[in-house]
Amino acid sequence: MSEEAVVERPTTVNLAEEYEASGVREVLEDLDRELIGLSPVKLRIRETAALLLVDKARREMGLSQETPTLHMSFTGNPGTGKTTVARMMAGLLHRLGYVRKGHLVSVTRDDLVGQYIGHTAPKTKEVLKKAMGGVLFIDEAYYLYKPDNERDYGQEAIEILLQVMENNRDDLVVIMAGYADRMDKFFSANPGFRSRIAHHIDFPDYTDGELLRISQTMLDGQNYALDDGAEAAMQEYIAKRRAQPHFANARSIRNALDRARLRQANRLFTEANGPLDSTALSTITEDDIRASRVFSGGLDVDKAPMQEAAE
Amino acid sequence: MRITQGCFSFLPDLDDVQITAQIEYILQREWAVSLEFSYDPHPRNTYWEMWGHPMFDLRDAKGAMMELNECRKAHPDAYIRVQAFDSTRGFETVMMSFIVNRPADEPKVHMARTDFEGRSQKYAWDAR
Repeated sequence: MSEEAVVERPTTVNLAEEYEASGVREVLEDLDRELIGLSPVKLRIRETAALLLVDKARREMGLSQETPTLHMSFTGNPGTGKTTVARMMAGLLHRLGYVRKGHLVSVTRDDLVGQYIGHTAPKTKEVLKKAMGGVLFIDEAYYLYKPDNERDYGQEAIEILLQVMENNRDDLVVIMAGYADRMDKFFSANPGFRSRIAHHIDFPDYTDGELLRISQTMLDGQNYALDDGAEAAMQEYIAKRRAQPHFANARSIRNALDRARLRQANRLFTEANGPLDSTALSTITEDDIRASRVFSGGLDVDKAPMQEAAE
Repeated sequence: MRITQGCFSFLPDLDDVQITAQIEYILQREWAVSLEFSYDPHPRNTYWEMWGHPMFDLRDAKGAMMELNECRKAHPDAYIRVQAFDSTRGFETVMMSFIVNRPADEPKVHMARTDFEGRSQKYAWDAR
């Protein structure tokens, strides 16, 4: 007690200096460089970082004692970069000193909820113990709550989570993620979460142009490139794929590129006679992309029910 | 009588901040933390009861402290110790062990002496 009183508090603060010293700038620069598009998300993260920086300075001056509520919810369609941003957020919070270790523990319902009575609490606690000092990322959080089954064990996990979110605010930050409409329903059924979550960040879908840039960045990272024909085909592919079911933004693009690489390898293997140079090994051509089933109207499994519905 | 076994047992009892710091050290060396408790502090009683599983995937001492607080709540009058296990090949053993909870009233270790063949003597200890 007396030691607290002796601690000398700074009387002025240089925010720019704090900003440099905390390393927040590097995280925000990483965010700008690594994530294409998502400008509303970037803006929100900048605002959050500024708020936390000011709050930290206020606490150092003794103007406030409370740890601010940092739990967040990320809403958006699949493949819009929620997990990636959560990982960066963990780094950001670590640099600002709000979490001690800054690791990300990513879980879904299966990791939290048990299968029989008495199984849920130890399972949830195990995950929470692992996440202490870092960020707990709950993907598709609304699956925790099943309104049609009141004996569902998800409720038990929710209660433990709520308790920890309130009592261990210094020790861990919880980020819940999922589709916007279902998260809204989840929060209105569990008002406890709504009041404990301070930051809601909405992730918009990528535009076609952004997805094309994403596909180029992904290929760059693996030392592949699209030739001109393939780029045009990719553009067309993105527009077509978006209209088909189970479109998952950047994740769909990654899967498409994986399959294109497979077809490229197969093409080289069957057609090539003689030595290949590095350009041939790393170029994806129009045919590799055009062979996709997306151009012939989607997957067969999806086509069948659509036809039935039409009939 | 104050039971002394493991690290730090000749020092005054560690408080929670000091225990947290020790566990941080354990985690930094990438050892697994586990908790054990016992009502029988006899020096030959090597195997104490385990409190939950050893924690192999912790990143922060807070997780172990949560378990410790729960163990204290369930067994306030037991001896509780924190152990650090090194799973590296060649070690695969406990690297560190220290007592973090003692009963308010500690038992005495009593020595009994008995005569044996040919006037030799045998000694035994028991906690009472």
